[in-house]
Amino acid sequence: MSIGALATAMHSRLAEDQIITDRARLRTYECDGLAHYRVVPGIVLLPRTAEECAAVVRACVAHGVPFVARGSGTGLSGGALPHADGALIVTSQLRAIREVAPQDERAVLEPGVINLQVSKAAAPHGYYYAPDPSSQQICSIGGNVAENSGGAHCLKYGFTANHVTGVQIVTPDGELVRLGGRAPDAPGYDLLGAFVGSEGTLGIATEVTVRLVRLPETVRTLLAAFTGTDAAGAATSAIIAAGVVPAAVEMMDALAIEAAEAAVHCGYPAGAGAVLIVELDGPAAEVEAQFAAVEEFCRAHGAFEIRIAADDAERALFWKGRKSAFAAVGRISPDYIVQDGVIPRTALPQVLTRIGELAREHGVRVANVFHAGDGNLHPLVLFDEAVAGQAERAETVSGAILDICVEHGGSITGEHGVGVDKAKHMPRMYTEADLDTMQLLRCAFDPRGLANPGKVFPTPRLCGEVPGRRKGPNPWHDAGVEVF
Amino acid sequence: MTVVDEIAGVPAAAVAEPASTAEVADVVRGAAADELALVVRGAGTRQDWALPPQRLDLIVDLGGVCGLVEHAAGDLVAIVRAGTPLREVQEALRPAGQQLALDEPLPGATVGGTVAVNASGPRRMLYGTVRDLLIGVTVVRADGVVAKAGGKVVKNVAGYDLGKLVAGSYGTLGVITECAFRLHPLPAAARYVSAPAAGPDEAGRAVASVLAAQVVPSALEVDMAAGEGPLTVTALVEGVPAGVDRRAADLRKLLGEETEQAESPPPCWGTYPWAPGDVGIKLTCALSRVPYLLTAAGVTARLHDVPVRVRGSAGTGVLYAGLPGDTDPGVVAGVISDLRAATRAGAGHCVVLTAPPPVRTRVDVWGHVDGLDLMRRVKEQFDPAGTLAPGRFVGGI
Repeated sequence: MSIGALATAMHSRLAEDQIITDRARLRTYECDGLAHYRVVPGIVLLPRTAEECAAVVRACVAHGVPFVARGSGTGLSGGALPHADGALIVTSQLRAIREVAPQDERAVLEPGVINLQVSKAAAPHGYYYAPDPSSQQICSIGGNVAENSGGAHCLKYGFTANHVTGVQIVTPDGELVRLGGRAPDAPGYDLLGAFVGSEGTLGIATEVTVRLVRLPETVRTLLAAFTGTDAAGAATSAIIAAGVVPAAVEMMDALAIEAAEAAVHCGYPAGAGAVLIVELDGPAAEVEAQFAAVEEFCRAHGAFEIRIAADDAERALFWKGRKSAFAAVGRISPDYIVQDGVIPRTALPQVLTRIGELAREHGVRVANVFHAGDGNLHPLVLFDEAVAGQAERAETVSGAILDICVEHGGSITGEHGVGVDKAKHMPRMYTEADLDTMQLLRCAFDPRGLANPGKVFPTPRLCGEVPGRRKGPNPWHDAGVEVF
Repeated sequence: MTVVDEIAGVPAAAVAEPASTAEVADVVRGAAADELALVVRGAGTRQDWALPPQRLDLIVDLGGVCGLVEHAAGDLVAIVRAGTPLREVQEALRPAGQQLALDEPLPGATVGGTVAVNASGPRRMLYGTVRDLLIGVTVVRADGVVAKAGGKVVKNVAGYDLGKLVAGSYGTLGVITECAFRLHPLPAAARYVSAPAAGPDEAGRAVASVLAAQVVPSALEVDMAAGEGPLTVTALVEGVPAGVDRRAADLRKLLGEETEQAESPPPCWGTYPWAPGDVGIKLTCALSRVPYLLTAAGVTARLHDVPVRVRGSAGTGVLYAGLPGDTDPGVVAGVISDLRAATRAGAGHCVVLTAPPPVRTRVDVWGHVDGLDLMRRVKEQFDPAGTLAPGRFVGGI
């Protein structure tokens, strides 16, 4: 592999300002949102069209250079961590909203389009794009597709995978291929479904067709304060058990509230051991009936204060504390690890107790923020790197939290992805056979292993090698029948 | 060979009836060692779908791999063995006030079969399809290795989502033995609001008005009788009683005075517009092209002088068309060709789901498939010897 040769080849295909080889400028791209992994890329390339992106990938293949795609670089698992001897393909020059088609409930987007811009473009027509990761003001649709991004409202509306109906991708061979489209149920394997969430290991999306959702008639939001997380968890369980599907149910514990107060002065009820934010949306008559029930469940489970957002401004204030929580813990701790794990929601009380015990055993603090409706935990493990041994202890606690999630039948990641950060944890959740089977898909798309290598899987599969399989002649093939 | 059973007219020498994932693995491993071609069977409601297997030695009947593994009611999740009839799943979930929000267009279908062909019905509009509800899957690979993907929590992005890959794969990538699903609460109330429409354009306007309103239907169906006969547009709203009353009243305003309301579904609701032995076709298009597609179906029927009945989800752009099974294969080919042109113009596809053998040999049942080369490579990786349902799927896969 040779970056130099790739750079030379690219100069005949791309403009000067689409190629970055200067070391100082390359450093801008050395990490994504998970900043403790840093690798300066060999070269950065900024295609302006799908065809240019395909040409870049073909050149990488020709020169045997691994490539990593990057959108806005907001990922939290190091999925866009560059390869030192590889190309970083950045989609920031592909920012056009090609079409907003409310009559088809679709929008057609280039991969660099910012998530929130889709909803802004659709809003005049009475529609929006439902997946809303906390980074939606800056994260790109292409990145959302790679990571199958969720968000606070995926409890009711689902994830990126449920809202992308078509993509054009550059395959790891450098070919442009369309999967899915504007209509549902394209014939053949659902490669679109497999591609979404594949973290850049199956190719690069160069165009994304998304589903637009009608803006709800009514949105009602309440904030309930409880003495502790157990009571707030019980209220959540009661709401779900009653058959209510809220748009979102979010929880923060005392330490997370303290951090949010320090950072954004969100004015959450004093003395709360936990707050719940519950949001309902939909037809007015449905929402009104269910909202009253939700309020009642909160009271019945010990909510000592319930605030109901009177308008959008107040609703935004409720959400401000929640959405700023990650960054806010920086106010109460010099360093922290954002963890992302999932448990069956009903296991919440036991799991929080275990996390509390772990934190005490290791002498670190853990602030808990979570999507309570679907059991997606974001424990924030606080530490001070300046204190000898604390970083290691925090790392131990953070990893042990994932073990607890897996023990309870959950997942090592609900929305941040595996990336480089959690590849080593994959065997906690899946057997060797499971991982081997997943990599069959990778071998089909990327037999050379050039697309985002080192991510998702702890050990790459050699695609030419098919262990334990018969490799004799196929009689069917000999009979002249085409075999696929 | 001694024929003991058949799949779509293709004889098989043996039927295996495993009772667990481990037994399925044993059967598949044994078959792989002898390079036996196998087809999986659930209730057999759709074995006439797609193409017949190009070769067949063994039928793996999954009727014995059945039952609910786990119902975590508080988490709205259930794990079900593939051979379980969908209806039994619903019955097991009902006492908890929950459902697996998949319709059952062909009564008796199993969970595994429904996943394998990605079957859906009217309520796909609100709840999505198999791919949206399947959160974990256990598959026996062509070489007999048991593999899992996903899990039993709804939110999970660890690793590739192989559930989406096997959903709709017609048994060509592996044998699905267990599925974990996201569940939904059963609604307290439901109302079907139907209105007649004079023609496709009027039906289209009715559909568009419902989509633009704030009714949030669970389903929005259209039914067009053969011979461009009368059309009916039906919306289903589900929710709390007060909400359903309000939304049904809104629908009445939108659809006109002639609407009929009922708490149970109208006749033929959620069924395919064909009988066993007929030609059954799936038509998809961009949402705004539904009226165009209905018009094209009517014109095609008149042109070829055949009765074409169309029914389906006007709210999502997924329609089904049926033709009598005794229609001349050449005429069917002409109808397919015209419908295919119409769906292409509507950014969709036309797939012949089922047809009598003379028709199947005459027409390209799958039509154009994007990404076929990648699909062949996927098949080559998962089933290098080509023993799983060979030739049933797109492009001869």
